[in-house]
Amino acid sequence: MIPILSRIAGSGFVRSPTSIFNPAATPAHSVFGLSMLVLSVTLGIFLIVASLLLYVVIRFRHRPSDSEQEPPQIYGSNQIELSWTVIPILIVVMLFLSTTRVILETEASPKPEDALDVTVIGHQFWWEYRYPKLGVVTANELHVPVSDPMKPTPTYLSMSSADMDHSFWVPRLAGKMDLIPNRVNTMWIDPQAAGLYLGQCAQYCGVQHAKMLLRVYAQSPEDFAAWVKQQQRQASQDFSGNAAAAEGQTVFMHSACINCHTIAGTVATGRFGPDLTHLASRDTIASGAVENTPENLRRWIANPSSMKPGVLMPSMHLNDHDLDAITAYLTTLH
Amino acid sequence: MAQGHPVLEAIDQTVEAKRRPPFDVVYEWVSTVDHKKIGLMYIAYALIFLLIGGLQAVLMRIQLAAPNNHFVSPQVFNRLFTMHGTTMVFFMGMPMLFGFGNYLVPLMIGARDMAFPRLNAFSFWISAFGGMLLYFSYLGGDGLYGMGSAPDVGWFAYAPLTAKVFSPGHSTDYWTLAILLSGIGTTGTALNIVTTTICMRCKGMKLSRMPLFVWLMLVTSCMVFVAVSPLTAAQIMLTLDRYLGAHFFDTQAGGSAVLWMHFFWIFGHPEVYILVLPAFGFVNEIIPVFSRKAIFGYPAMVAASVGIGFISLSVWAHHMFTVGMGPAGNTFFVFATMVISVPTGIKIFNWLATLWGGKIIFKVPMMFCIAFLFQFLVAGLTGIMLSAAPFNWQLSGSYFVVAHFHYVLVGAIVTSLFGAFYYWYPKATGRMMSETLGRWHFWLFLIGFHLTFDFMHVPGLLGMPRRIYTYEAGRGWEWWNLIVGIGAVFQVIGISIFVYNLVRSYSRGEIAGHDPWDAWTLEWATPSPPPAYNFAVEPMVASRRPLWDLKHPEDQDENYE
Amino acid sequence: MMQTTSTIPISADAEQAWVLPSRGVVGMACLIVAESAIFLIFVVAYIYYIGKSLSGPLPAQVLDLPVLGTICLLSSSITIHFAVSALRKGSIRGCTLSLAGTVVLGAIFLMTTAREWYHLIHDFGLTIRTNLFGTTFYSLVGLHATHVVIGLMMLTTALVLVLSGRVGVRHAERLEVLSLYWHFVDGVWVVVFLVVYVLGR
Repeated sequence: MIPILSRIAGSGFVRSPTSIFNPAATPAHSVFGLSMLVLSVTLGIFLIVASLLLYVVIRFRHRPSDSEQEPPQIYGSNQIELSWTVIPILIVVMLFLSTTRVILETEASPKPEDALDVTVIGHQFWWEYRYPKLGVVTANELHVPVSDPMKPTPTYLSMSSADMDHSFWVPRLAGKMDLIPNRVNTMWIDPQAAGLYLGQCAQYCGVQHAKMLLRVYAQSPEDFAAWVKQQQRQASQDFSGNAAAAEGQTVFMHSACINCHTIAGTVATGRFGPDLTHLASRDTIASGAVENTPENLRRWIANPSSMKPGVLMPSMHLNDHDLDAITAYLTTLH
Repeated sequence: MAQGHPVLEAIDQTVEAKRRPPFDVVYEWVSTVDHKKIGLMYIAYALIFLLIGGLQAVLMRIQLAAPNNHFVSPQVFNRLFTMHGTTMVFFMGMPMLFGFGNYLVPLMIGARDMAFPRLNAFSFWISAFGGMLLYFSYLGGDGLYGMGSAPDVGWFAYAPLTAKVFSPGHSTDYWTLAILLSGIGTTGTALNIVTTTICMRCKGMKLSRMPLFVWLMLVTSCMVFVAVSPLTAAQIMLTLDRYLGAHFFDTQAGGSAVLWMHFFWIFGHPEVYILVLPAFGFVNEIIPVFSRKAIFGYPAMVAASVGIGFISLSVWAHHMFTVGMGPAGNTFFVFATMVISVPTGIKIFNWLATLWGGKIIFKVPMMFCIAFLFQFLVAGLTGIMLSAAPFNWQLSGSYFVVAHFHYVLVGAIVTSLFGAFYYWYPKATGRMMSETLGRWHFWLFLIGFHLTFDFMHVPGLLGMPRRIYTYEAGRGWEWWNLIVGIGAVFQVIGISIFVYNLVRSYSRGEIAGHDPWDAWTLEWATPSPPPAYNFAVEPMVASRRPLWDLKHPEDQDENYE
Repeated sequence: MMQTTSTIPISADAEQAWVLPSRGVVGMACLIVAESAIFLIFVVAYIYYIGKSLSGPLPAQVLDLPVLGTICLLSSSITIHFAVSALRKGSIRGCTLSLAGTVVLGAIFLMTTAREWYHLIHDFGLTIRTNLFGTTFYSLVGLHATHVVIGLMMLTTALVLVLSGRVGVRHAERLEVLSLYWHFVDGVWVVVFLVVYVLGR
């Protein structure tokens, strides 16, 4: 029954980019295997008990032809009680043992030497990623190397939160893990194919919980190395031929933006909002809610609440000229 | 009395009351300490909250029926799901079940009232004030359109979202205080039910002869002491945090967010059983009567109920498999959670065995009970899926969980509750509910339920978290959510018919007589509706089914105990 | 006019004795179970936060063993016991004296707590907002003290009723129910004492 179920689940649910039945990393694979076992056991129980119920309801229904006498009164039977106590216990023990195995496989497996460390910090309503050994800081779009099953290079995420409880859930890679203030949780992922994996925050964390989206980019080792190299650079200060960007930088550095945002190599060192040093290299803004185009960026800076009501970034009430300048500046941050 | 057999006795003359001015009627209800009147007030109050909570659910389903919908704002949506959950658990579920308990327990054990009638009235009114306080929040803040300052922290209100810094204003205070009041009321009623059951039984009503409904109310009430009290304690702590600047759940001062989770779920999971055990009680009473057979395995049923009561106290952290408890903690709670399926299974099998060999009469109460059996089976099985911790890492906090617990709360509890309404309505009012309308109600509700909650599992498997006010297209969630929304429409029609039936039958229903279902427990030995003193002569019983003994002198129940 | 007739069962063994426990005792037992659960949660929170305060003052620096208060409170359990047994024997005088003794001992306990709090707040500046120790200490000890206050109010009421001569042997069971509550409050103090002053220091 298990292979058939797996195939149905695999094919039927493959079209969703966030299906738990389309695993792409080891933790998600182990959960998938266990879920197929549990599903087939419960399906079996369901079929047996539901058909019994159906049979009883049809077979023993009151018919007009029945006599008026009450049916024989049966009060119970110890043997029968015993049998339907023992059999479920056996099933429980079996399920418990297979569950324990997967728990240990996932939570107690030793960490390989080549593992990449990433610190994940949840914020209302965005994700901060820090690669301590590589000196990279980014937000909302997590880049990790593809892991070859022969020579695994998993990514270990140590997770905490700056404010609320959040939960990191990319269904195709692994089950979820909560990010809780004053506490460090760890989980690991090892995507086996390059690509973009989607997910989102799974623990209610406030007004914009719904738009705290997750994007994990699994890249080939070469692409990943290139990405790291690019992210390690400081923000470019060369605006030759782009007067608007140069002016935008001045406006940015003289406004409250710098209290919350960091742009490496400048006076902007705030940590309340996402690091913007390489903003233009990201595909999305607003924690994955909107595509990163100059128009969207401009609309976002003008009034963040219009795109994501409840977001903590305030509208700075900039005039059109300054808005254009800042947008021009930010789009140079590759 | 030297006879070997029961004696038939005429006991009562009920005189129809004169019409009285409305003020007198209101005064009588407000000042009453009669367990039946208080029970009915509990039920009426819970019904109002059922309708309000249902309306909130419908608004949420409209919002989610299509991706990127702008029917309500995120703020309003968050308030809706918080109020929906809080209302349904604290101000619909518990009052409803305690209302039935209040009404039925004394009647079933042959008592004339509860042990502490005035405490009973106090408990009801304090719970009622809790509900009113919660809803008063809608009038605060920006007023009704922005949903006032209704709480928006979710029904389990995880710290630190409830801290003063993150939840300024008073929305969370309404939530805390309302639940504190409701907790006091619940504990009072539970105390009353336990004392009544232990100290007020009529002669011969040994514990081993009590109707199973009374047993289940007893277990439920005992669980209230150990489950609701921790919540009360946690609410006191939260109140201290918010008003006096204490730091219990203040993560900035070293407080722990996880501690709140533990405290909440030490209450939260037993709470599910507190709600579902009385539902089992309804089914235990209705299924035998409509199968025309005694319940199969009475001692096993009692043992399973008590067992569920105990085990349910050790499973709370299966709500917390994703907070990083580590392999040891996870494994323990997997085990405890899976074990609880054994006594639950025993119950299902005993119900099947009761049906087996009977003459099943499909009156509306019985139809609801059969639906209950089927739906509770499914709910139990999805529960087993969730108990496997790694599977839970994927499913927790997703729509799969929402579907699972609605299967329990609506598919099992509300469904059996409808059965209970049709079954005991004649006792409380003296008139039958319409069978035809009942069947319409049953089928429409059943279709609606399955459209909504069967299909709600799927988006969860496709990665849809709960409590999101909107979602992007392209995740494969759109169609499922649309179907779920359509199901809600059917449920609304079904419940409207039910409410109409309740109102209509009060004046136009068939006269019921004291025992319309040919049943066996003591409440059917009283007139319908029962007089204030319940029993003119205190009954004495010799078996589990005293009325069966009366009707079948040749086949006494006591021979089988 | 409607007349309904119905039947109720009367069993054959009607002559058998049928004794059920007293309502007061069972009700109080339920209340004690529920209250114990509340205290348990506060105790768990206290133990969980031992040593987790981010700033001082710490329990070892500021807490003294409340010896006098503890002796008074625990001996008041004995006096209330005497009050109940005296009333049961019909000795109103004995009951009055023991009851008055209980009230006095309880009041002394409250006074020692008040002095301790004054000392902590005034001399060390420790309040409920200072740190996790302050938070858990004041709420646990305060919750217990609240129960002592409630108990004292009920005991005083009982004392006034006894003094006014309206209490007789028939009320012994009610006084016993009250004494159960008082014993519970004492028992909780033993736990609080061990957790706060022994384990937590």
